[in-house]
Amino acid sequence: MNLENGARPAAIELIGVSKSFGPVKANSDIHLRVDKGTIHGIVGENGAGKSTLMSILYGFYQADSGEIRINGRPVEIRDSQEAIRLGIGMVHQHFMLVENFTVLENVLLGAEGGALLGKGKAEARAKLAALAREHGLEVDPDALISDLPVGAQQRVEILKALTRGAEILILDEPTGVLTPDEADQLFEVLKQLRAEGKTVLIITHKLREIMAITDSVSVMRQGKMVGTLRTAETSPDQLAEMMVGRRVLLKVEKGPANPGLPALTVENLTLRDGAGVERLKNVSLTLRRGEIVGIAGVAGNGQSELLEAIAGLRKPSSGRILLDGAPIPHDPRALRELRLAHIPEDRHKMGLVLKFETRENSILGYHLDHRYGGALLNNSAIEAECQSQMEAYDVRPPNSRLKTANFSGGNQQKIVLAREFERGPHVLLIGQPTRGVDIGAIEFIHRRIIEMRDAGKAILLVSVELDEIRALSDRVLVMFDGRIVGERPPETDERELGLLMAGVTGAGAGPGAGTSERGAA
Amino acid sequence: MDWLTFLNVLDSAVRLSTPLLLACLAGLFTERAGVVDIGLEGKMIAGAFAAGAVAVFTGSAWIALLAAIGASVFFGLVHAFACVTQRGNQIVAGVAINFIALGLAAVLGQSWFGQGGKTPAPPNSGRFTAIELPYAAEAAQMGPIGRFYADVVSGHNLLVYFAFLAPFLSWWLLSRTRFGLRLRAVGENPAAVDTAGVSVTRLRYSGQIICGALCGVAGAYLAIGLNAGYLNNMTAGRGYIALAALIFAKWRPVPALFVCLLFGFLDASANRLQGVSLPSVGVVPVQFIQALPYILTVILLAGFIGKAIPPKAGGVPYVKER
Repeated sequence: MNLENGARPAAIELIGVSKSFGPVKANSDIHLRVDKGTIHGIVGENGAGKSTLMSILYGFYQADSGEIRINGRPVEIRDSQEAIRLGIGMVHQHFMLVENFTVLENVLLGAEGGALLGKGKAEARAKLAALAREHGLEVDPDALISDLPVGAQQRVEILKALTRGAEILILDEPTGVLTPDEADQLFEVLKQLRAEGKTVLIITHKLREIMAITDSVSVMRQGKMVGTLRTAETSPDQLAEMMVGRRVLLKVEKGPANPGLPALTVENLTLRDGAGVERLKNVSLTLRRGEIVGIAGVAGNGQSELLEAIAGLRKPSSGRILLDGAPIPHDPRALRELRLAHIPEDRHKMGLVLKFETRENSILGYHLDHRYGGALLNNSAIEAECQSQMEAYDVRPPNSRLKTANFSGGNQQKIVLAREFERGPHVLLIGQPTRGVDIGAIEFIHRRIIEMRDAGKAILLVSVELDEIRALSDRVLVMFDGRIVGERPPETDERELGLLMAGVTGAGAGPGAGTSERGAA
Repeated sequence: MDWLTFLNVLDSAVRLSTPLLLACLAGLFTERAGVVDIGLEGKMIAGAFAAGAVAVFTGSAWIALLAAIGASVFFGLVHAFACVTQRGNQIVAGVAINFIALGLAAVLGQSWFGQGGKTPAPPNSGRFTAIELPYAAEAAQMGPIGRFYADVVSGHNLLVYFAFLAPFLSWWLLSRTRFGLRLRAVGENPAAVDTAGVSVTRLRYSGQIICGALCGVAGAYLAIGLNAGYLNNMTAGRGYIALAALIFAKWRPVPALFVCLLFGFLDASANRLQGVSLPSVGVVPVQFIQALPYILTVILLAGFIGKAIPPKAGGVPYVKER
């Protein structure tokens, strides 16, 4: 951790690196110095140019200008093969693994050690065994990737880099898919690698992780490097301000909830998917007016299915869903008319038609309303309404004729939010409200959700961001393997929630240990 | 059906399954690399016509075979250029190749030979003729097994033996070599290959080149092995049946051998059963037996015979993500 040690060359040094994609300057005049044997964080909002910069380092793109030095030597990284030769390894946000290959085959791919696989396989197997011993990076080399949990898949990615002799490890949003517990394990591994003199570059938007693990941190904004700081001398608030360029409220201001009558009741809901796998197992919950119930859990534990079942998109195998005491119809449009609004988890797949103009998207699902003219759409009415929504939700640019695909993630999400919030729903199902949304927009969206609660709406919130769940919810239900494994107040220690999310239910923390639950198990 | 008739059908099944098997493996190499190829039919036509024409011009079966491979690989490169380099729609490109090859063969055939699109029969030296395996004549006298050897195993041309060896070679290539590992990977997750520093484009082109070469051999077999000369549209939909066989074999080379044999056997039986009245069934319509491969494939796809999972990246052009 010799930040000011000028004698030793930096592991990575970028001098005036620029990269444009057409008219878009993804990186402009980036200077960065990362010392050997340190963990260096790079933070910035979506589109700040972090990933482009790392892709340049990994040879995925070539910089238009500027110089890259590795261990003090100027280099040109023309392709990933070259980067690997220079000792750079990368763990991508979306794992670069072949799912129906074994761990061993994935490790071999691109580093086979000869035209025939036999010899390379034996060598790779030995290397994996050695790495497992030294670093505790334990993985069964003959397991299929598709059978491994996400945490183990990430381990394979790290192993891929290490078996290729990586001295510099770049991790792009490594904790996005991990439970807090798995994230801690990852951090232990990274610290150990640092102790061996390896250099770690970690890209993230989670400031808490930056504070927890890095030695120094660089902030990027709009393709520029805003500054590099020692982690010990900074704070999340300062970093957030540097990222956004203005002061941001990281903490959501919210008063106590005033829960009213139950609006939505789910009773013993079980749901099998097309392949016959039980995705929801006997789930029960009650949602009251004026409260936000958060569903915490690692992605893929039934949250999506729960949301979709309540939204009428999936038919449950058994159990009941009651809206104001009456069973719901399995028809999303009828549900909308009953004032149940749904903000789907994936706005690209379900929330919007990206090729549509914004005004067209702004009425999707409500398009049969007589206000819009019925069979022949009344475009001027639609446009006027869309325009006022865009202004109210600060969608930029406020142009209702622009194709939705041309908006940033945050603005797209605001378009969906406006559509669902502004039609007077009583019950709101909200999935991943801030996925891929920049900090400024997150602040806005969170405030809106709280406002809806204070206006007496019943809100069911699903998010894989534990921070978000804790910040917004009045009650937190934790889902694991299709069940609700516990209820906790939002102030609960993150570690405890993390354990629940991993399916560890200790004594006294049994399912349904909450106030209003029927007991989920 | 007595033993001799059965052997006869089996013998003809071997002949009929040969072009299927070659085309099926051709499809396997390109689809495992992530490029869907509905143009197997067109490539076979190109190969068959080139073989037929060159055999007439040169009188050499080997030069004709090379010409067939060349013509078919050319169309493979066109497909690769359209689908990999230009990231075009793979189905559309394949269909276009089918039309172009069929039309071109007819036009060129008419202008060169003036026989309505077919090529004249090449001299014997311009064909691959049957090879008598050692001791076949003696074995024929030695009971049913010997007969099997003499009638079914022996007496085919070189291309048939190559075709039946090819699945095993393909299996070895795919599972035991670096090239095979990369080819399989690029059909599943090209991004993983790209980030490993290996060229996705080059691998997909390789898949198409192998595909073209095998289709060329299949075409040559039709024109100068099974028949004497190219006939208009002589592939008769084998390129599509080969795709069905590929699905049936779940994109694996050795099962492809058995599936193609089965389809060839159905084909041979259809010929044999023409107008024959079976006890208690009556006359089976030939069309029904001819349709069986498709029916079986549909049943398979409906999920009744296990699951056929295609290569994940099939049909999707690879674009580097930003």
